[in-house]
Amino acid sequence: MAVVSAAKFNTSISPTWCPGCGNYGIWAALKQALFELNLEPHQVLISYDIGCCGNGANFTRTYAFHSLHGRAIPPAVGAKLGNKNLVVIAVIGDGGAYGEGIQHLIHSARYNVDITVLVHNNQRFSLTTGQATATTPSKTVTPTTPFGEIKKPINPLLLSLDSGASFVARGFANDGQHLAELIKAAVKHQGFSHVDILQPCVSFNKENTNEWYRSVIYKLDSHKYKADNLLRAKEKAEEFEQNGKLPIGILYQQERETYESQIPQLAGEPLCRQSLEGIDCLAKL
Amino acid sequence: MDKEVAIKIGGEAGFGIKVSGLILGKTLFNAGFKVFGYSEYPSLIRGGHNTYQLNTAKNDVFSVTKKIDILVALNQESLELHGQELNNGGVVIHDGLDIKDIKDIKDIKDININLMDLAEKAGGALTRNIVALGAVMNILGMDLQLFNQELEREFGDKGVKVVAMDKKAARLGYDYLKKFKIGAYLKKEAGSKAGDYIMTANEATAQGMIQAGCKLYAAYPMTPATSIMHVLSAKQCDHHLVVHQTEDEISAIGTAIGAAAVGVRAATGTSGGGFALMVETLGLAAITETPLVIIESQRTAPATGLPTWTEQGDLQFMIRASPGEFPRFVIAPGDALEAFYMIQEAFNLAEKFQLPVIFLLDKLLSESDFVLENIEQHKVKIKREGFINDNELERMRDYKRYELTKNGISKRALPGQLAGVHVINSDEHDEYGYSTEASDMRTKMMDKRFKKLEQMMAEAPEPQLYGPRNADLTVVAWGSVKGAVIDALREIGDKYSVNFLHLTYIWPFPAKRVKKVLESAKNVLLVENNKTGQLADLIRQETGFELKNRFLKYDGRPFFREEVIKEIKKYI
Repeated sequence: MAVVSAAKFNTSISPTWCPGCGNYGIWAALKQALFELNLEPHQVLISYDIGCCGNGANFTRTYAFHSLHGRAIPPAVGAKLGNKNLVVIAVIGDGGAYGEGIQHLIHSARYNVDITVLVHNNQRFSLTTGQATATTPSKTVTPTTPFGEIKKPINPLLLSLDSGASFVARGFANDGQHLAELIKAAVKHQGFSHVDILQPCVSFNKENTNEWYRSVIYKLDSHKYKADNLLRAKEKAEEFEQNGKLPIGILYQQERETYESQIPQLAGEPLCRQSLEGIDCLAKL
Repeated sequence: MDKEVAIKIGGEAGFGIKVSGLILGKTLFNAGFKVFGYSEYPSLIRGGHNTYQLNTAKNDVFSVTKKIDILVALNQESLELHGQELNNGGVVIHDGLDIKDIKDIKDIKDININLMDLAEKAGGALTRNIVALGAVMNILGMDLQLFNQELEREFGDKGVKVVAMDKKAARLGYDYLKKFKIGAYLKKEAGSKAGDYIMTANEATAQGMIQAGCKLYAAYPMTPATSIMHVLSAKQCDHHLVVHQTEDEISAIGTAIGAAAVGVRAATGTSGGGFALMVETLGLAAITETPLVIIESQRTAPATGLPTWTEQGDLQFMIRASPGEFPRFVIAPGDALEAFYMIQEAFNLAEKFQLPVIFLLDKLLSESDFVLENIEQHKVKIKREGFINDNELERMRDYKRYELTKNGISKRALPGQLAGVHVINSDEHDEYGYSTEASDMRTKMMDKRFKKLEQMMAEAPEPQLYGPRNADLTVVAWGSVKGAVIDALREIGDKYSVNFLHLTYIWPFPAKRVKKVLESAKNVLLVENNKTGQLADLIRQETGFELKNRFLKYDGRPFFREEVIKEIKKYI
């Protein structure tokens, strides 16, 4: 019997995340969003980073490309260029998105390829037992920063806004309904979508707990906040540094031609369906 | 005159040295001569010394000689660096330079033309090199008709005025020579045959990629691989091919692998340094069993090295690159025509065996102009293998992407196919693609991937033996050294008993064939464009044969034909 709920995106394998991990919330929201978008598992390709979020490749029933640390975006771009009919999503942690592979985020935002990047941002390298990442707050003690982190953390939303991302949002792992709506909007958005998802790590992040997040987060009110202004979006992205509050919701959305739509060779059938019959490479020499 | 002629044009970067050389080369090619064009240039936009050397003859020519017959010296440096390369009776064309250094060359013909004067008379100082080429055409004993055609082809898009100016410049240089009595070198104007082309191996590779149905090329510019990207970019709209310039080489190979994973014939290309950045993803292609073609054009390394010079220093790196073990192909064509065919095979092999294929070029191949004779455009057929259609998939009900099969090859369902949903997994995985760390499955999956080896060996063409089956000396080389050895053997003729074993499909290593040839060889000489003799070490590893006679060169220059001849003669 056909499954008519988000459960159709489950595989036979149960998640191996720690009890209370923010990944459960993100996972559920992702499946709910895909379901509500009327998508079928075979229509979606998710390119995963490695790490805790990357292990989701085994638990989420869509086509999955489980890539390398920091490298989930390039295969996502290649897959989208190769088969534009696919819904392409990249699932990455803060280590892979804002550290090791940060250039891919910047550049794919710049050329506005139509993919959605979901970043599980728990401010730690958790699978490797909690070292500091680029989003770990200053002074935080971790196994690699025993005297407290000296470096200033990156602001990922400012980064993608400055890089030209046409959809920038922030969500919270443990507000599933809100997050599912964000993911739906991000997938529907034509162009590069970046959703930074704040996520507690119950094992290795004792500072940014669920309770802590709930005390600093507030939802952007779509009646009061219009996401069409870059300067305002940047202000919102920086609010935590200014007044300790973390707004969640769509910070910025702009209609812009996608990279693919400007490539005439992609106008017809997807590349993967192009006929390889009768090619005459020397015809115009 | 049947004799080969070597012409060198030298001057400052920005003088249009390469373009001039190629115009001359194409003219001679259209007149029915064979040509080989070799350029040397520093990694600078302007300034620095540039040369283009054209070896031309009635019969095949695939290599560069140290000695030259005609030197066009557009600056004093050209004379100082290359004057001594002139043969006795050679011609030097220059613009009032001091030629005292080469006065001792016997019967030197000193053509001192006021090139700048004539260029200005033609309409512009920029035509100075064309004036000199006009003079060369006269020395060669040819008229200007074909040369003018090339000028039209080269400068046509710059407008009639520019073409007329260039033609006038050529005429002025040509007529100026009438006052000197110089015997013509070449006379034949038979015309080239249809189906013959003049191309670098990069151009031939790019054409071959199009012919093979490559639909996505993701790359980051790096000399000497970049011109592949240029050719493909210019032709992409004609062939539903997307050329995607990425932020770095890691992204280039990652993007290519993503496209390959959804069923597109995809490739990336770079030089050794860029390849080094790609290595982790090379392993990703291997463990996910994604077909991928990676072009690596070697330059003088390590690090930045000599960015615009040649070397064969990356062979062992290509064979071993990546943590872990997996099967791969390493294919190294010996000339542009081989590149055209072998790159097409590379796509077939990648798809059939679902693994990475490394296509190894070098600067000598990538940027030298070759004549491709009797090109057979449809010789290599596109074979699309390893896919599974929707009906078959639905009938299966229990599709396993990494099914353990007899030959290690399992069918690929592509993202988008209804009943084929699976994980293309970087982690070690089970037959469905799900991550596993189980010891038995790990062993089985390693064995699965390596099972392909037997069939890979059977399908890769064997190394070719040129010359007599039994000879006093067997020369062994791979890739681009082919040209110098083939030309050397032709030049020394039948009186010396020498044959030549040329390796192109180098990995998996064709041990059986190499062993057989070496077993019957009386004496063996290895010729390799690197410091340590990497092929020789590989041969020892794979066959047990120790090649003691190693003729190695690692100064950034290719082997000149004369030095190969001299070396061969030491052993016979």
